[in-house]
Amino acid sequence: MSWHSKLFLAGLLAAGLLAAPALAFDFGRPAAPDEIKLWDIDVGPDGKGLPAGSGTAAQGKQIFADNCAACHGENGQGGIKDRLAGGQGTLASNMPVKTVGSFWPYATTLFDYIHRAMPYPTPGSLSTDETYAVTAYILSLNGIVPADGKVDKESLPKIRMPNRNGFVPDPEFDPAKLLHKK
Amino acid sequence: MPEEFRDEVLSRRWFLTATAGAAGAAIASTASAETLADVPDRGPGADLSAHSERSRFAKLDRIPESTPGKRNIDPSDAINSKTPHQKLVGNITPTDLHYERSHSGVPDIDPSQHRLLIHGMVGRPLVFSVDDLKRMPSVTRIVFIECTGNGWENWKKADPDLTVQNTHGLVSTNEWTGVPLKFLVDLVAKDKGANWMLAEGGDGAGVDRSIPLTDEIMEEAFVAYGQNGEPLRPAHGFPMRLLMPGFEGNLNIKWLRRLKFGAAPWMTRWETARYTQLLADGKARQFQFRMETNSVITQPSGMMQIQPGYNRISGLAWSGHGKIAKVEISTDGAKTWKQAQLTLPLLSKAQVRFQMDWDWDGKPTKIVSRSTDEKGNVQPDRASFIAAMGTNALFHYNAQQTWSIDEAGRVRNVLA
Repeated sequence: MSWHSKLFLAGLLAAGLLAAPALAFDFGRPAAPDEIKLWDIDVGPDGKGLPAGSGTAAQGKQIFADNCAACHGENGQGGIKDRLAGGQGTLASNMPVKTVGSFWPYATTLFDYIHRAMPYPTPGSLSTDETYAVTAYILSLNGIVPADGKVDKESLPKIRMPNRNGFVPDPEFDPAKLLHKK
Repeated sequence: MPEEFRDEVLSRRWFLTATAGAAGAAIASTASAETLADVPDRGPGADLSAHSERSRFAKLDRIPESTPGKRNIDPSDAINSKTPHQKLVGNITPTDLHYERSHSGVPDIDPSQHRLLIHGMVGRPLVFSVDDLKRMPSVTRIVFIECTGNGWENWKKADPDLTVQNTHGLVSTNEWTGVPLKFLVDLVAKDKGANWMLAEGGDGAGVDRSIPLTDEIMEEAFVAYGQNGEPLRPAHGFPMRLLMPGFEGNLNIKWLRRLKFGAAPWMTRWETARYTQLLADGKARQFQFRMETNSVITQPSGMMQIQPGYNRISGLAWSGHGKIAKVEISTDGAKTWKQAQLTLPLLSKAQVRFQMDWDWDGKPTKIVSRSTDEKGNVQPDRASFIAAMGTNALFHYNAQQTWSIDEAGRVRNVLA
């Protein structure tokens, strides 16, 4: 137990809020590596967390038509939900259009988001390869990968998104300064 | 009691208010009792019940909406539901009227099957049940939660028909109970180099945010299971959510099921594509977590009607930086300002109610409030706020809110 917890508990004890026997720290149970894997789905900008597999934009076109176009429109435009393509060069205008191509700084985020949250009615229902394929297709709609392009665990983190340098961290929570400080 | 408040209470003017101050009252009007003889006789009332319901004469509802300005929609299209601040009193938002914002609906979670996994850069990855959390030492704290999109109606223009529920209904204050983050961090033995934490929800969207482990956040964040003395309501994260006092609503991950520690942020959709503030030059401010110093007059406010003579101006102020130090009110369109009274308790990172007596002379005017917090942050006027942020930012709007009043006493939303 660190001094933080000790101080915290000491405070509670002094206030008479906690009975002494509760100091046995038997809360929770160990998490097994296999079960952690089931939930450990996040993907970092360096590609950490990306699963093995691959998909092409051509494959993704049909998967998108079947699972995504109803909300996002044909070719990722004109749907009832977020526009996914176009908009490059509009961010400093009076009518900015924020899409994957114009705004998103990392291609890895696209895989992570589709994998965890899409398609909206059945999140997580696409296979790993299908998720790579849809990712490749949306990137191709934005001219970021060619129409016959393919993405996988190695290539996705290397993709340079057009708005990669479009973000300025709030000074108070700048990751570089936070790491430097600790 | 502060000197200025006691003077006001004791003033003759204060006691003259009872008959005139009914503008925009929360209670639906009924047949009036002109003499005490008209008041219905007493008698046995309804049977006692398992739940105490609101009076049928008190009409209090949130307003679901889809995107900014799209109201009166099918609830299945709604993405948020706004608190009726114009009908509330005091500092606490009733539990069922706390604003709601979800990204994939409200999951129906059986707490006996819910688990919290804590892992990543830790010495002991652990799995906790809801009962595990309830057995741990707890904290209870009154704090506001504010959607980072609160105020989004007024970025580019002011629709005159908006109420304060429309303009500012995405902030609410409740009392929350739960386990300090630092207690959980010690249980799993977090690595020293793990400066960031990914918090993930168990909803359909699996909403996830990267959270920097600053000293302030380590000291104040907690995993809440209690809300105003009862289990969290499903809309607010049942059975457990992250509570991040003073920080944007989306960080307060609802239906929390995973905390993962790491050395750098994950750049999730929510902290890149969504909750970043697009500035006029096309760059976007990122990791803008703290909610700003803010206030709004709720009484009188948009779409109400007032009468000449005595009016009590009342509203709410809050700051993600700490306590509110003072609130000033102008009744002449920001030319002159007078300090309002603050209603106790005055808590850090909680909404506080302010009020002030006002005799309206019947001439058209504008009323506006501005708050200052204990760190000296002053709520900006709209012109300087827009000059700094542009009109595309969409999030973190905290400019002063002006209500215009015409010669008929109609209160309307305007930009300044």
